[in-house]
Order: sequence, then structure tokens, then C-alpha cells
Amino acid sequence: MKKYSCNVCGYIYDPTVGDPDSGIEPGTSFESLPENWVCPICGVGKNEFSVCDK
Amino acid sequence: MNNTFDAIKISDKVYWVGAIDNEIRDFHGYNASRGTTYNAYLILGEKPVLIDTVKAPFFSEMMARITSIIDPKKISYIISNHAEMDHSGCLLPTIEIIKPEKVFASKMGALALKAHFHQQLDLTEINHGEKFSLGDATFTCIETRMLHWPDSMFTYFANDGILFSQDVFGMHLATYKILAQQNERVVMRYEAMKYFANILLPYTSFVTKILDTLPNFGFDIKILAPDHGPIWNTASDINWIMDLWHKWTQQKSTEKVVIFYDTMWNSTAKMANAIADGVMVENTLVKVMPLSVSHRSDIATELLESGALVIGSPTINQQIFPTVADILCYLKGLKPKNLIGQAFGSYGWGGESINILQEELKNIGIKLFDIPIKTLYVPNDNCLAACRTLGQNIAKELKNSS
Repeated sequence: MKKYSCNVCGYIYDPTVGDPDSGIEPGTSFESLPENWVCPICGVGKNEFSVCDK
Repeated sequence: MNNTFDAIKISDKVYWVGAIDNEIRDFHGYNASRGTTYNAYLILGEKPVLIDTVKAPFFSEMMARITSIIDPKKISYIISNHAEMDHSGCLLPTIEIIKPEKVFASKMGALALKAHFHQQLDLTEINHGEKFSLGDATFTCIETRMLHWPDSMFTYFANDGILFSQDVFGMHLATYKILAQQNERVVMRYEAMKYFANILLPYTSFVTKILDTLPNFGFDIKILAPDHGPIWNTASDINWIMDLWHKWTQQKSTEKVVIFYDTMWNSTAKMANAIADGVMVENTLVKVMPLSVSHRSDIATELLESGALVIGSPTINQQIFPTVADILCYLKGLKPKNLIGQAFGSYGWGGESINILQEELKNIGIKLFDIPIKTLYVPNDNCLAACRTLGQNIAKELKNSS
């Protein structure tokens, strides 16, 4: 599963960690995040994320 | 051009050319109770460079300070560290007068400035961490996204060892003594804490990251020059403000209890005072903030070095008080950590406020402790005793856990 980073604030979504504060379990791939999921830091939507090449 | 305002020298080549705003209080909902400064800086090298500008109404003050040492037309470059209008508000008229060769900003800064001014702006994007020279002056810019906007950037001027840190390490404090060491420590500590609590709190992970990675850039920082408030120009002052920021990122729970409430007929106020009295029994700190006289930004400030938040609202038309909702909405955005809390309030029939308050506390991320207290119309002695017990229990819990 690939990590994705937020184009606006640089937050990195790591599927192994998930986003527990938003109810996203560890092990959830970026692709399977709900469409209404937003960046937990700056609040932009999934379409503002890019695959992390690091 | 008048010569009322002078530039103030802060190092061999650098002058402060900002503005002092004694009048401002409402800073987009933040109570800047001591006013503020908008700091712009002029680097007098072979190719003069202006770092940031000031809020639009202070354009003539900035230009007068610049003119006191140099013909503004001789400025070759502008570096915009932060696109927010208190620093970019007179970027366009400044460009018009000085006609710089280039205006630099971060990648996100260029986007943000264009989205502010909606006209042809010739901006040069700077790469993160890249070293570059303008005449005999050497710079490195580093992106500091979400500190506190996506465009935010630091600029390091290597010749004099100055880190221009835009809003980071700043505070709202109107002062005619622009060096930190000339100002009262207790005032600076409070205003720095207020700034952190109200502006940086949602972005503490980014603060931690910059504090951890800054040494990797190999800067020899002799002066730390933010865009608001005093300039940190000694090693001990630079350490002082960085250590405070480091401490605040941790949001460590303390024994202090913050209580805020609003009240209709003084019932919820009586309950608040009884809870505070219970905390006092344990001889720990308690701050009671009636919303009739307390500003949201002062509540956020008090919360930063505390361990518990107890909130009170009467029920009005099946809702909480709008004044209470204001603070809760604000705190939800700030996302404070490591707090316990509880709700209290009076009611006449439905008593819905308590459930709403508890849900709001949970949404903010505050862990509910003990039980809420609500009372029909006016608290009797039993109710006030229960309030005292709640206060005492919370104080004991904080003592045990800190």
C-alpha cells in the first residue's frame, strides 16, 4: 500500500497508521478511504493528495 | 516623503522597517490586547533586499522608515515569507514604487499571492533548502508549511546570521523597543503563549518538525527575526523562545483547571464558583472565566498550560448559550490535547445543554471525567456541594496524573 502526501500542507497519509482520529483503521489503503475523508491537518479533500515517492 | 519614522538597525546590514499598530484589538477574532507590530526588514547589501511588507494601512510608515536610510527605488529584490495580508497587504504598491528585479516566494506562496491579488504578478519560486546569492548577500529559504499557512517560509541571511521566521516565534505586542531583551519578560511570555495557543496549536506536529530539523541546515543563527513583536537577538533569548515553543508543542497536562461559563440568572455562575472552590480545597490552580467578560482567545491561552476544562451553560430553548457555542467552535479548530473535562449548568424544563456540552467536549478531544451536574432553576446546597466535589475530584485527578 502506497503512502500519499497532501499537496497543500505536506501531511503524509500512511496506510499502516491510518487516521484513527477520523475513525480510519490502520491498514486502510488511501484508495479505500471514504470520498468525504479530508486531510486531518488542513482539511482539503482526497483529490489534493499525490502518491509519495519518498 | 515624511521623515517621522526611522529605520532601526539590528545588525551590520539589516534594518527593521516595519510598523507599530497600537490600535488593533480584533485580529481576525484574536484579541490582540496589547496591539502588535508588522515587522519588515531591509538588507542593505550590494543589491538591497526587502523581507516582507506590512498591513496595507501602514504602507506609508514602512516606506518612511525605508526612505530614512535608502531611496526605495534602489531595492533590488523582495522576499515574501508569508502571504497573509498583514505582511503582503502593501506588496503591490511597494512593487509599483521600487520596481524590483525579482519578487521571491515559496511555491505555495506564489499560489497564495496570486489568489490574493488576481493580477499579473511576476513571482520567482524558491526551492526548499536551496542556497542562493543576491549580490553579496547569501540566503537559504526553507518551506515551513502550516506554520501557520501552506505558503509559510523562513529566510536565512547567512552574512549576518539572521533567520527571518515570519509568524513563527512571534507575538502580538506593540512595542517601541524592538529587541526582546528590552521588553518585560512576563509580558513577552504571556503574549508568546497567547500567540502559540491561538495560531499554532493545530499545527504542533509541524512545530516539532521544524524545531527538530532546523539544526540540519547548519545555520549559525545570531538573530531570530519574526514578523510580529520583538526580535530575539541573543543566544539566551533565542533559546528562551525556542524552548517555550518546544514545551508548548507537548501540551503536557498540568494541575491547572480552567472553567468557563455563561449564565442567565446567576445559577450556572454559582455552580462555576462552587466547582472552583472545590479545586481550591486541593490547593491547585483554577481560572474562572465568565463569558460576559472573557474573550475566546484568552480562554485558549489559559488552556495551553492546564489539565482540565470544565464548562457551564444554562439550557436556552433546548440549546446551549450562543456565547458558549462560540468558544466550543473555536476550540474544536484548535484541537487542544491531553485535557480532561466535564459539563455543568442550570435549566428550567428540558435541560438539554448538558448533553450538548458533553458531546462538544468529546468532539474537541477532551476526555470526560466524573459526572456532569445539572440543576433545576437554582442550585440548592446539595447541588453546590456536588459541584465542590466535582472540582475537588478533578483537581485530585490532575495531581495524581501529573
